[in-house]
Amino acid sequence: MVPGLIILLPVLGALASWLLSRNAPDASIRVHTALAILAPLTGFLLLAIYWPNLTANDAMVTTVKWIPQLGLDLSFRLDGLSWLFATLITGIGCLIILYARYYFDGKASAPRFFILIQLFMTAMLGIVLSENLLFMLVFWELTSLVSFLLIGFNWSSRGARRGARMSLVITGGGGLALLAGILLLGNMAGSFQLSDILAQGDTLQHHSLYPLMLSLVLLGAFTKSAQAPFHLWLPHAMAAPTPVSAYLHSATMVKAGLFLMARLHPALGDTELWFGLITVTGMVTLMVGAFVAMFMHDIKGLLAYSTISHLGLITLLIGMGSEMAMAAALFHLVCHALFKAPLFMMAGYVDQATGSRDMQLINGLWRWMPALMIVTLIPAAAMAGLPLMSGYLSKKMLFSESLLVTAPPWADVVIPVWVTVAGLFSVAYSLRIFHNIFFNGLPRDLPVWPPNKKPIYALIPLAILAALSLTVGLMPQSIYDHLVHVAVLAATPSHLPLYDFNALAEAHTPAMMSLLAMLAGLAVYAARKPLFAIHARLPDVDAKDIFETLMQRTIRFSQTLVYQLENGSLQRYLALILMTTVALVAWNLTGLKQWRGPVPLSDLDPLVVFGVSILCLSAIGVVLFHRYRLPALLLLSVTGLFVTLIFAWFSAPDLALTQLSVEVMAVVIMMLALSFLPQTSPRESRLPRVLRDLFVAVVAGSGVATFTYAVLTRPANPISDFFMVNSVPGGGGTNVVNVILVDFRGFDTLGEITVLGIAAVAVFAFTQKLNLKQRVAESGHSHWAAEPHPVFLQMVAHMALPIALLVSAYIFLRGHNMPGGGFIAGLVTAVALTLQYMAGGLVWAHERMRTQFRSLIGAGLLIALLTGVASWVFGYPFLTSTFAHMDWPLIGEFELASALLFDLGVYTTVVGATLLILANLGKLMTIAGPGKEIG
Amino acid sequence: MELMIAVALGILTSCGVFLILRARTFSVVLGLTLLSHAVNLFLFSMGRLTSGAPAIVGLTPSSADPLPQALVLTAIVISFAMTAFVVVLSLKAAVELRSDHVDGENPNEDRP
Repeated sequence: MVPGLIILLPVLGALASWLLSRNAPDASIRVHTALAILAPLTGFLLLAIYWPNLTANDAMVTTVKWIPQLGLDLSFRLDGLSWLFATLITGIGCLIILYARYYFDGKASAPRFFILIQLFMTAMLGIVLSENLLFMLVFWELTSLVSFLLIGFNWSSRGARRGARMSLVITGGGGLALLAGILLLGNMAGSFQLSDILAQGDTLQHHSLYPLMLSLVLLGAFTKSAQAPFHLWLPHAMAAPTPVSAYLHSATMVKAGLFLMARLHPALGDTELWFGLITVTGMVTLMVGAFVAMFMHDIKGLLAYSTISHLGLITLLIGMGSEMAMAAALFHLVCHALFKAPLFMMAGYVDQATGSRDMQLINGLWRWMPALMIVTLIPAAAMAGLPLMSGYLSKKMLFSESLLVTAPPWADVVIPVWVTVAGLFSVAYSLRIFHNIFFNGLPRDLPVWPPNKKPIYALIPLAILAALSLTVGLMPQSIYDHLVHVAVLAATPSHLPLYDFNALAEAHTPAMMSLLAMLAGLAVYAARKPLFAIHARLPDVDAKDIFETLMQRTIRFSQTLVYQLENGSLQRYLALILMTTVALVAWNLTGLKQWRGPVPLSDLDPLVVFGVSILCLSAIGVVLFHRYRLPALLLLSVTGLFVTLIFAWFSAPDLALTQLSVEVMAVVIMMLALSFLPQTSPRESRLPRVLRDLFVAVVAGSGVATFTYAVLTRPANPISDFFMVNSVPGGGGTNVVNVILVDFRGFDTLGEITVLGIAAVAVFAFTQKLNLKQRVAESGHSHWAAEPHPVFLQMVAHMALPIALLVSAYIFLRGHNMPGGGFIAGLVTAVALTLQYMAGGLVWAHERMRTQFRSLIGAGLLIALLTGVASWVFGYPFLTSTFAHMDWPLIGEFELASALLFDLGVYTTVVGATLLILANLGKLMTIAGPGKEIG
Repeated sequence: MELMIAVALGILTSCGVFLILRARTFSVVLGLTLLSHAVNLFLFSMGRLTSGAPAIVGLTPSSADPLPQALVLTAIVISFAMTAFVVVLSLKAAVELRSDHVDGENPNEDRP
């Protein structure tokens, strides 16, 4: 589990740093540095210990099963390539932390930096050590996120915020493409494990989706590695503190894309598409970076563009695809990391010492910083590619590889010339960064003068890196053989011999190309003043401004779109929802070949025709009169009444009884509400709106009609026979509807009375805080009675109450065998009691109610629930019912079913809920309201 | 008969849909009630239309389908509870927003 440990260590380190900063806010920066360096140092040592075990083409894969069904395993891979990258990440990470110790000396933000940089290390190590591509992707996104935080480290600066956002958008967008690409790749290979993918290069390359997949994966790699035209984020990321730039934007994160290409090269590489996409992108990036770098006056800007150029160079080499080119690519990658990091460190050092990074002001620093000049000399020379330096060798390798490319007809001339020209620029800007800063006359108007010098120890990381750079230049063969070669083997499909640096040294043409580039570069640098003058006259295009404008436009566009859809109007939402529903259903109904089914139509009954006509007319009447609310409400109750009659006609006595009592209650409630609301609706829908709604309504209605017709004319195949057969033997009742309610589907009913209770309690809660003084409708409408409690009504109500209660008891008791039951009996009771409220007034009636409605609801639910639970006591499932026939005195044989008890619960809940709703709505009527709360 | 019931259901649905698209809460409540009538009748008619044969064992040789009836019975009660809830909601909205427009404000006034 070495790789897992290496990934985990920096997380623990970050946690420790966080705890330290929380618990000891005044801990010195030394303690922070010591703590932060532990994790990368341990990782580096672990990797060093593992080094002898590295063998050619052999990867150590460790797997912990997580969700194997989804192809998600926690698995790590340690082979030559990942070892090389992990070593660079941890090794340079240590030096960066050392460097940051002086960079952040005396700054309060130091702990934050140490936490973030360790988190970043984890993400980066995760990328290079993951065996599963999905995990790699997660780490990939993590680097984008942490990089966002690091670039925006100085969030008070506008440039930092914008740079951070730009890099997040570009690399995050690339990450999305990569996600799609990797999902495709995983599907094509049937696995997300690298071992499986690398083993089926042929299958993948001949797959029909290969071009799409490769493009998506490369899009991810190019955005991350700042390849043109996605390179624009990198210069703006220079708003980050210099240790961040040195680490993320030269040595590690931008190399993630290169790593990905090298990693997948054995499986996906060496096709024409691979060559075409990568080589051309690399060439463009190489040239753009080198050219622009020449003209940058900002030290970090110059270094950023030079980094872009070198990334392009490595990309170009990877695109060429030969084993030797891959060797050159990885060798140069190591060289670049070793010389670019110290140059960035130098930039930060100069920046802090002089307060500026402008090379037009910074000149002749050798007098004040001789030690810095000496440690900068080596990396700058390496970047220029001077003889004996590491950069010289890698550049020569590039030249000699460029001569070997013959495949596309244009390449054999264009590529060598192209790289030589780019080499020329790189010589020029390397010369410039060294000569301009340390010589070139005297400093001018620097913000900080004389320069702030840091202790000589601050130069240690630079010195180490410079020494390493020099070592690589002096003994390239052994460095390559021992460190880089295994990585090259892992990144190429076949075995290849060791790279022969002696042969390289004797190669004639590359040496001439090198010499040419050096001399021309010298000449360009010598002619820099006229060149700068010409460049200054070119139009100044700031990518950041373009990007910002683009972002603002996108945001504004999406806002407009959102507001158009979501303008806060419920009316519009409802219309949209209905239209969508209607459209979807209509779309599906068009698949129906025949509307009319085979079942013959039954005969029309004149009585039914009459009833249904009234039903339809009253419904249409509701629509026509809907602006005059009281007539509309009366017509609505006519509709309800005829629905009741339809139920009664078509053999549903239970439904008819229920509908009738519900109708009474509903109309009373709506009447109550209407007394508070305006009596008419204003005419405010314009004609197009009315026509639109009419259209939706007619389409919806026709859909329902057609569908109903289609079903009714087709044979029925119900499951109800089971209930009919089992009703008496299983449930002990002959009224099958009631037996279904309280027995077969008792659990449903329990749920339904619960909903009823909740709705009632919600009504209770809403009416508590309703302030009547703010009533909307002006009181004193002519059709609201002045005398609230007519004597006649009182007399009738008092007489009706005992009869109504007796009827409801009768309905309740016979419900199991004849139409009736808890629901209906409850509603009848509620109607009878409501009549008392209406007749006698709220206060009068309530004084005579002995019980609280809310506790009635609770009691009802409890009874129903306990009946169900009682079955458990006897070892039966929830709500199993039992029954027995008993001989009762006077009454005769009477059946006693436990379902009756359940029905009692239903009855109680219905009574409680209905009265709670009515009484509380009625309470609003009384202008002052009764003193105590009702319910 | 089937055709007539289907047409009636269509008319009920159309009226309900048209009303719930109106701008004032009271119309919406009316529309919801009509719509719930339509839905209840629709569910009920899925058990086919039989007259004179209630689902009581031993009363008639063949009887109506009891299952949709049981479903519709609870649906009626629940839609009553929901109507009551919506009514109170519209009252509360009318009092607090000083308008019974469904969007809580008069659209003819200038919106910010």
